[in-house]
Amino acid sequence: MSDVTVKGLTIDLGTGSAQKKILNDVSFAVASGESFGLVGESGSGKSTILRCIARLLTFWSGEVTIAGQPIAKIPGADYCRVVQMVFQDPYGSLHPRQSIKTALHEPLRIHRLDHQQECMEKALLDVGLNGSFLTRYPHELSGGQRQRVAIARALILEPSVLLLDEPTSALDVSVQAEVLNLLNEIRRARKLTYLFVSHDLAVIDYMCERLAVMQSGSIVEIMNRSELCEGRAKHPYARELINASIEYDRVA
Amino acid sequence: MTTKSLYNPKAMSTPGISARFSGPLKALGAVFKRLSSDVSSCFGLVVIAILVLSAIFAPWIATHDPNLVNLPNALRAPDAVNWFGTDELGRDIFSRIVHGTRITLSIITIVSIVVGPVGLLVGTTAGYFGGWCDTVMMRITDIFLSFPGLILSLAFVAALGAGLENAIIAIALTSWPPIARLARAETLTFRSADYISAARMQGASSIRIIVKSIMPMCLPSVLVRITLSMATVILTAAGLGFLGLGAQPPLPEWGAMIATGRRYMLDSWWLVAFPGMAILLVSLAFNLLGDGLRDALDPKQR
Repeated sequence: MSDVTVKGLTIDLGTGSAQKKILNDVSFAVASGESFGLVGESGSGKSTILRCIARLLTFWSGEVTIAGQPIAKIPGADYCRVVQMVFQDPYGSLHPRQSIKTALHEPLRIHRLDHQQECMEKALLDVGLNGSFLTRYPHELSGGQRQRVAIARALILEPSVLLLDEPTSALDVSVQAEVLNLLNEIRRARKLTYLFVSHDLAVIDYMCERLAVMQSGSIVEIMNRSELCEGRAKHPYARELINASIEYDRVA
Repeated sequence: MTTKSLYNPKAMSTPGISARFSGPLKALGAVFKRLSSDVSSCFGLVVIAILVLSAIFAPWIATHDPNLVNLPNALRAPDAVNWFGTDELGRDIFSRIVHGTRITLSIITIVSIVVGPVGLLVGTTAGYFGGWCDTVMMRITDIFLSFPGLILSLAFVAALGAGLENAIIAIALTSWPPIARLARAETLTFRSADYISAARMQGASSIRIIVKSIMPMCLPSVLVRITLSMATVILTAAGLGFLGLGAQPPLPEWGAMIATGRRYMLDSWWLVAFPGMAILLVSLAFNLLGDGLRDALDPKQR
């Protein structure tokens, strides 16, 4: 069981008149095994929500639970094996001076797991690479290959929830499709729960069963895929966003 | 590489690329190659190699005993027997300079062994943790930085007593702050990088992140900075020796040699000129090597 619920997630910065709400009372629930999308324009707080759930940010209020347990109460070592994250920029998420082997070996060493060599090779095979990549450095790989390595690193601890922060927006379109298909296959095979952030509605439509539309720190509407496809969005901003996306596709 | 081959694991295993860059040793070789392709850093390398070799083989290279007093032979001008002449006690200056390399080299080695790790540790911890930890550590660094190096070393030597060991301690104490500053500045640019976040999400402790992820990123610039500050270290050591607070006679320390030769300088120029030249050459060599290292190690220039 790895359902994620977020209740009243709020971040305030500054005080008095300079106070700014980065996230305003964000609430949603993701069932175990579901893929949930977060869309919105840049600066709407989508990635911030992921960073809160990832415990990379600590100054938020509200409640986030995974499988019924508040995340603040889960010990750090256990938490890594429940939640992992794939970052947006594959050029910035791999340490430039660490080989792929080191990148994959570190989590295994930290958690003192067995069969480390087999584990690393299997993790690479699972993302469509092979063991020969272990000796390479990130600068020797293409963007798509790096993102695959980043996914392998996130999956090597076998988490049940994967946070995906625009995992394909830095990749070109053909590679993007491959990575998205890979993510779908992995989710099916491992029954993972996805939280997928993107500004691209087409990607969200392809990846997620349900999605939340965000505007300046708040969720304006939560809908499912069929509502998105049939254009049954109720909130004016959500409708505007969807229309803009369709318009853009037609032009492009 | 075509997009189709991305799906085929076999097409992606090109061992040729990995063989090229397969480890720190090869990377070191690449740095060395870059260094030797540049004339000025090549000169620096050669001078430092001579320094190291003469320190190791000093007893065989030196033509005389460096401490052998031979009063009838005092203040002899350079000739075939005494290549660099003799000093006021008749000691061979060439032999003393050769033996002096051991002192210079040990000062440099000890100072860099102390200063590098201390500066790196202080800087990266302050930069990574931020907040009050950063404030406290950096204010201490600022206090050390606000003293002129030589004056602070003078104060330390005065407090600890004159002598080579104390001079080394004093120099080490005064030369870590710039390195800590540099390491902190570098750390600040890396600490919010995604790969640090990824390491945290994998459950790495702060110490592990600092040592394994941040230090390797700071190391090149710190290495360059240490090499460049070696020239200052040599000059400070010579200055302390000159003031009689560093190496004590009869140790053949270059600065101390200049200090004693000063009285005879007008008639016997070789007493001061040759040790001075040695100091000049070695500091110049370290500066040139530091410049070359900066070009060779700077990731932005690749």
